[in-house]
Amino acid sequence: MARIIVVTSGKGGVGKTTTSAAISMGLAKKGHKTVVIDFDVGLRNLDLIMGCERRVVYDIINVINGEASLNQALIKDKNCNLLSILPASQTRNKDALTQEGVGKILEELSKEFKYIVCDSPAGIEQGAHLAMYFADDAFIVTNPEVSSVRDSDRILGLLSSKSQRAEKNEEPIKEYLILTRYAPERVKSGEMLSLDDVQDILSLDLLGVIPESKSVLTASNSGNPVILDEKSDAGQAYSDIVARYLGETRPHRFIDGKKGLFRKLFGGG
Amino acid sequence: MTINPQNKSYSSPALEFKSTMFSVPVLGIASDDLPLIEQVLNEKIKLAPEFFKHSPVILDFQDANKKQLTIALDALLAIVRKAGLFVVGVRGGSEEQHQKAIDLGIAVTANSEIKAELPKASKIITAPKDDAPVNDDSTTVLITKPIRSGQRIYSHGDLIVLAQVGAGAEILAEGNIHIYGTLRGRALAGVQGNVDARIFCSDLQAELISIAGHYKISDDIQGAVSNTPIQIYLQKNALVIKPIA
Repeated sequence: MARIIVVTSGKGGVGKTTTSAAISMGLAKKGHKTVVIDFDVGLRNLDLIMGCERRVVYDIINVINGEASLNQALIKDKNCNLLSILPASQTRNKDALTQEGVGKILEELSKEFKYIVCDSPAGIEQGAHLAMYFADDAFIVTNPEVSSVRDSDRILGLLSSKSQRAEKNEEPIKEYLILTRYAPERVKSGEMLSLDDVQDILSLDLLGVIPESKSVLTASNSGNPVILDEKSDAGQAYSDIVARYLGETRPHRFIDGKKGLFRKLFGGG
Repeated sequence: MTINPQNKSYSSPALEFKSTMFSVPVLGIASDDLPLIEQVLNEKIKLAPEFFKHSPVILDFQDANKKQLTIALDALLAIVRKAGLFVVGVRGGSEEQHQKAIDLGIAVTANSEIKAELPKASKIITAPKDDAPVNDDSTTVLITKPIRSGQRIYSHGDLIVLAQVGAGAEILAEGNIHIYGTLRGRALAGVQGNVDARIFCSDLQAELISIAGHYKISDDIQGAVSNTPIQIYLQKNALVIKPIA
């Protein structure tokens, strides 16, 4: 039985798609058959980050409407053959997603894949709702600033009330925190919320902290998930996150500025 | 009076008082020129005819009274009714106007000083209970997980929260509220008018606290106490925030 992971945040631009791409690639690289689904219908980006935009023929809406089979719409990743991508439609809007349609797709994918990563759109409307509705685990992507933290808090409220698990009174969705764009120097100077400030409000299991890094933009623009850049701090941070999610214990890095500098001096790793 | 014995065993009673909160438009009257009132009213309604169609409305005479204007209630009623609105209440009027309203079967609602939108709204529908604390059938609601932004919890009796209440969350209880965590959202105790209700909280950083409609917002609370267990209660119609010694 597949495990369904939703990557969500409420607020836009915090790194949901970057995280979805990195996590799904990380899981596949660890030998698990993984599929990543773009729920951002109308503003699809995941295909760009994954570098498969030129191979999109059919999308999730075509599958829901029965215009294409799931296998026709799935795109095999160029870097890892255990990873597939189900792109969003760019010409439709989020209302084209239906609960029944999404449920059927996830059920079918569950037979074939070990992990299903759902890249949620920003907001709390239909697209975001359906991305989280069937989830088993939720990765809450948050930036260390107040509006992002509050939106994440709101999303957590919805996860505990508007999901299938909540409605069926099953064990609740397991919620994890991923803190992105973290800059320890700016935390020290008081410009940015610290990890403790964020945890004070959200109190979640911390999966990892992703440092603010140039490598993220470079990776996005080149269409290679940042986790493949093993030399970069962000890439390593995502590798840690995947390992922790799979049950390994790894000490948290990139929270303290000094450690980062130490690593830089000695060439990473 | 005969009661069917079969009905007696049936547990649910024939009627039940329920309270609900909704917003009712208030029509502020600031002139005694009835033809002018009629004209302006009709113009306003034309802007959104569907919105105003058969809408309940409360007449507010506060401004008119400030100007010492006396308005004949029945003539005004005729105008408002003609415009398709239902007058359900009157407030801020003179003794005479209020008595007239009652004679005409229209409620006189609480003083127009709006303190807290929500709690007051409930007062329009149900008069505050005399200081009998809480109903026998009231139940305590226990919440063990953080209450997140946007969530709303209502308890007909007491409410106990063993976690934090996030900013943007709202918790309401007809009885007392106990929070064994940080309160960052809104907490409203005694929402049905129980002035003896109290709020207990281990760290107060609330957006709003209210007991029986008397409220304080964060600007008023700030600096009072933080990071120490406190209780909040009503004393002579004023909210008192005190550390629990």
